[in-house]
Amino acid sequence: MSLLLLIEQVLNGLQFGVMLFLMAAGLTLIFGVMGLINLAHGSLYMVGAFAAAAVAGATGSFLLALMASLTAAAVAGALIELLVIRRLYDRDHLDQVLATFALILIFSEGTRWVFGSFPLFLDIPAALSGPVTLPGGIQYPAYRLLIIAVGLVIAFGLFQLIARTRIGIRIRAGESDREMIAALGVDISRLYTIVFALGAALAGLAGALVGAIQSVQVGMGEPVLILAFVVIVIGGIGSIKGAFVGALLVGLTDTLGGVLLPGVFGTFMEASAATAIGSSLASMSIYILMAGVLLFRPTGLYGTA
Amino acid sequence: MIREPHINTALFLLLPVTAGVAWLLDEPFIITLTTKVAILALAGVGLNIALGLGGLVSLGHAAFFGIGGYAMGILASHAQSYVPLMEVPFLIEGTKSMPVIWLVAVIAGGLAALAIGALSLRTSGVYFIMITLAFGQMLYYFAISWPAYGGEDGLSIYVRNGFPGLNTLDPVQFFGLAFAALAFVLFLAGRLAAAPFGLALCAARQNAERVETVGLSPYRLRLLAFVISGAITALAGALFADLNRFVSPTMLSWQMSGEIMIFVILGGVGRLYGPVAGAALFILLEHILGGLSDFWHIYLGLLLLLVVLFARGGMIGSLVRRELAHD
Repeated sequence: MSLLLLIEQVLNGLQFGVMLFLMAAGLTLIFGVMGLINLAHGSLYMVGAFAAAAVAGATGSFLLALMASLTAAAVAGALIELLVIRRLYDRDHLDQVLATFALILIFSEGTRWVFGSFPLFLDIPAALSGPVTLPGGIQYPAYRLLIIAVGLVIAFGLFQLIARTRIGIRIRAGESDREMIAALGVDISRLYTIVFALGAALAGLAGALVGAIQSVQVGMGEPVLILAFVVIVIGGIGSIKGAFVGALLVGLTDTLGGVLLPGVFGTFMEASAATAIGSSLASMSIYILMAGVLLFRPTGLYGTA
Repeated sequence: MIREPHINTALFLLLPVTAGVAWLLDEPFIITLTTKVAILALAGVGLNIALGLGGLVSLGHAAFFGIGGYAMGILASHAQSYVPLMEVPFLIEGTKSMPVIWLVAVIAGGLAALAIGALSLRTSGVYFIMITLAFGQMLYYFAISWPAYGGEDGLSIYVRNGFPGLNTLDPVQFFGLAFAALAFVLFLAGRLAAAPFGLALCAARQNAERVETVGLSPYRLRLLAFVISGAITALAGALFADLNRFVSPTMLSWQMSGEIMIFVILGGVGRLYGPVAGAALFILLEHILGGLSDFWHIYLGLLLLLVVLFARGGMIGSLVRRELAHD
């Protein structure tokens, strides 16, 4: 395999990783602050993608589409927090799983109802549709580079938000002692709604950005949700840093596994069997990674509990 | 006065009575629906051992359901094509015999549960939910990308597998088999819950430290419960695949895990007959609402949401509680 192809795949893995981070960051924040497992996070990803596709279809502006994805997902997130999620904080995890599973059913079928079963397409803006030439002569799609950049900027912003702003201080305080910050006069239920909407907005943005590469369809969120769970298990629940490292690990493993493993098996097997075994194993590679992390660190790389 | 044993008896009789009436009226479709209820209830009873008794919220039970399905699919497809499964080091041929397929399904499901459980039970709470979900998804993607047994398209079996002395193609006789399996497993699960193992398992759910203090290992109790649970769910999977004469990765998907969990919840968690009530209600809803609207999952979602938020204890729970309130 040529070095150029390898670098291209590494970039693809990074792009996949930063998108997973946008999903995982919201999930891990929501779990860390509210102690809630939210299966409906994938639905918010889908809401973002559909909002973007609808607005892009109506106005033709990609920037407006991204704004719409952020807004729609944040509003949907705040709405389900106020109506449903709020009642689940002091319930056990089983109730949370079931109620958010019910939300998935409602969101998915509702979207199918409004938009139909056929996938929508979100076009990459013309300025970004071509390749750019990187140092060393590598041709790489500009849009995917933009995704990596946006993901990194948001990751940086999120770290700053958590570490340096007042709302970040409150979020961290909420993670460590709920009663205490309520006693200090912080409106905890408003804080919860804000955190939930923030996580939802990140998921919606990820949905819109990825929706332009793949198609926008019902059920697009759940595979990503499950990968985000793998990311969180690897990184450690509640840790943004863990989510970042875990997301990049999962993104790179998944992408590189699919490219490299068939070749590795090809060195000592006949080609067709090597492709079959290699691609089957590649589809399992991130779960094997997860199992490995669990064996040595059951609470994840950066988990504390 | 409605007491839980009465409800249980009614639920137990509901299935054979429905199938019997349908048989008299010559309605094979209703018999097949009832068979589906019995098989899905069986899967729910399996999950309920882990979920209800052990408090293990597994979102990956479709893995075992699918493994059972593929045990049937792989054995029967080899028997169908007369190609042995393997020749070295010893000859293994496919089979069309249900008892053998069930045995293989139960063993395969149990072994998979042992492997997945041994890893997942190192953690607890939310980690456990996410990890079981992830392992389930791993098998799903494996089944899709493994081309030997149909990949994404799944495997079709032309003729339903046989059971000595019965004609399994006759809907009523196949229902009898599925119901017998359900009755046997219900009996087993009832005994299990009352046995020292079941009591220790419940205790481990309620207070793991105390269980440890009296010298029992919660990890081992849970692992054993998870293995039994997986094996039963795999048996249900084998029967389900035989009912449809078809197995595909859909049986392994996370939606399947969610549905098996819904059977347990709609009926009532931890109640022996909860999954029977839940599966019956689910199929009934699927049939009635599915006939009214293509988007019946919305209503299912709303119902599930209401049950979780307001009617904890599911169907049996609300029936029993309402009666208790009258006393």
